[in-house]
Amino acid sequence: MAKKISILIVDDEESVRDSLYNWFIEDGYYVECAENAKKALTILQSDNFDIILADIKMPGMDGLEMLKRIKSLKSDAIVIIMTAFATVDTAVQALKDGAFDYVTKPFDPDDLSHLIRNASKQISLIEENEILKDKVISLENVEDMVGHSEAMQEVFRQIESVAQSTASVIITGESGTGKELVAKAIHANSPRKFFPMVSVHCGALTESLLESELFGHEKGAFTGAVYNRKGRFEMADSGTIFLDEIATISPKMQVELLRVLETKSFVRVGGNKEISSDFRVLCATNRDLKGMVEKGLFREDLFYRLNVVNINVPPLRERVEDIPLLIDYFIKKYCSSMNRPIVSIEPAALQRMETYAYPGNIRELENMIERAIVVGNGKKIMLRDLPLMKERSQPTFESLDDLGKKHIQQILNKYSWNITVSAKALKLDRVTLYNKIKKYGLTPPK
Amino acid sequence: MKLEKIKLISFGYFEKGLLDKVVNDVEHEFQLPVKTKEGHLDLSLFYDPARRQYDGFKLLKEIDSSFAKETNKTLGLFNVDLYIPILTYIFGQAYLNGRAGIASIYRLRNERYGIFKDEKILVERFRKEVIHELGHTFGLIHCYDPSCVMRSSTYVEDIDQKEHQLCRHCKEKLAIHT
Repeated sequence: MAKKISILIVDDEESVRDSLYNWFIEDGYYVECAENAKKALTILQSDNFDIILADIKMPGMDGLEMLKRIKSLKSDAIVIIMTAFATVDTAVQALKDGAFDYVTKPFDPDDLSHLIRNASKQISLIEENEILKDKVISLENVEDMVGHSEAMQEVFRQIESVAQSTASVIITGESGTGKELVAKAIHANSPRKFFPMVSVHCGALTESLLESELFGHEKGAFTGAVYNRKGRFEMADSGTIFLDEIATISPKMQVELLRVLETKSFVRVGGNKEISSDFRVLCATNRDLKGMVEKGLFREDLFYRLNVVNINVPPLRERVEDIPLLIDYFIKKYCSSMNRPIVSIEPAALQRMETYAYPGNIRELENMIERAIVVGNGKKIMLRDLPLMKERSQPTFESLDDLGKKHIQQILNKYSWNITVSAKALKLDRVTLYNKIKKYGLTPPK
Repeated sequence: MKLEKIKLISFGYFEKGLLDKVVNDVEHEFQLPVKTKEGHLDLSLFYDPARRQYDGFKLLKEIDSSFAKETNKTLGLFNVDLYIPILTYIFGQAYLNGRAGIASIYRLRNERYGIFKDEKILVERFRKEVIHELGHTFGLIHCYDPSCVMRSSTYVEDIDQKEHQLCRHCKEKLAIHT
């Protein structure tokens, strides 16, 4: 049921207050009256009213002054100004100061009903907007980002610190580690969260397609361009653009991208009008972009423009303590989406999953869970439900001595146990090498 | 306090038998006996020469203080153009959950709008207006049901769209109030 709208009537004439009061209570509104602005402001200090209907001419503080004060208390308050003497100037002033409407007394019953209905609609919209905002805020934690490990906590800290700024961010990490989720989390926690986050998978598009995708095109720009089309930069106005697989873009696109990032303006393909857009850039790559710069494969100036902040998402093998948590999370996610009861996982299967190397990272683990739920018995994920998996190689934790012994043996073998050459390669003198051979008990291979 | 009756008091000229034509329906809707009578008031005291209309709010106060009783619901019926300070005109008004209300037949007549006189429509509108204002005195607020007599009518054609009966919800509310 819709909530009861509350109306505060502010007018120095008793007959106006009484007649409006009677009119509105017949409509089922909650109504209170104040005979002057001062009293109205006192009431508004302690109570919230949805609609304030105020006369413009009152002794003491007038309606316009009161309107300003109300707006400073509550910027989205709906104030309707009434007057018996309408002038264009006061009407314009009232609307400029934020009045919802301006009416001249007396008005038709139908107009009053319309006015209040419109104001009620506005109230509903404001409330709806608040609800939606709350919903968006609840998405801020970006559901799929799961992890208690120190490595992930560091990623969360970095997201938090960069989200509020407008700095460009390069998100690096192996394939399947969740780089796009990091981008979503940055956007969702930024002041731009109520505007779109537009993603472009640069690697999936040819140069000409990417150009049209990013900058848009005018009708007739090329065969098949039958309509004008907005580009992704235009769509991301006031929001964020996420350029995935940035390392794959061609040298020509790198130049164009650099220009757009510097000027925040561009021209649609086939067009001649400069279009401006206020966007924030986030990009991601699984390649070593710095190395590509050194090799001349990626423009240095573009790299530095994009790489204001770098967030590296760790591979799953470096955060193994998160694996049980992720398994649990994906089981719940897929059981819920498939409308199945939540399944458990047998210890052997869990152990196998905990020791697996995951070259495909979280994406692989997620697929594995989805598959196991699909092929499983619906009660428990068994070892047989998992694909054949190679265990992660266990770290050996060798000592420095062990490593030294291994290295010397390798060098000696490489140079066929020629002591002079081996000592030179190891940057040791011959006596020291002999001592090491003796110490470690090294022998030539048979 | 137990309600005894509904009083319909006419002030000024009304077509012969007009009040009698609405009595049965009023009795039926509120399940109370209805008495009609003629009242006398110096309407010039309520006349605003600047607006050439009669102050409905003052008239309502007058009906409440001089004609109404706690055990009755009293409706003053007029044949003059009513206004309240904030509105250009009203068809009627009442104290919500109070003991008095007023209604005017003046703006219910087709002739006021340059249309041919229609006695049947006039009676229908008058019946609805009387029941509507009395409904307020019984504590009923405007109803969103398009056919309910308690639906708000801000212009005359609006009145024609609704029925003269209370909807189920308003009847339920009425039972609680009485």
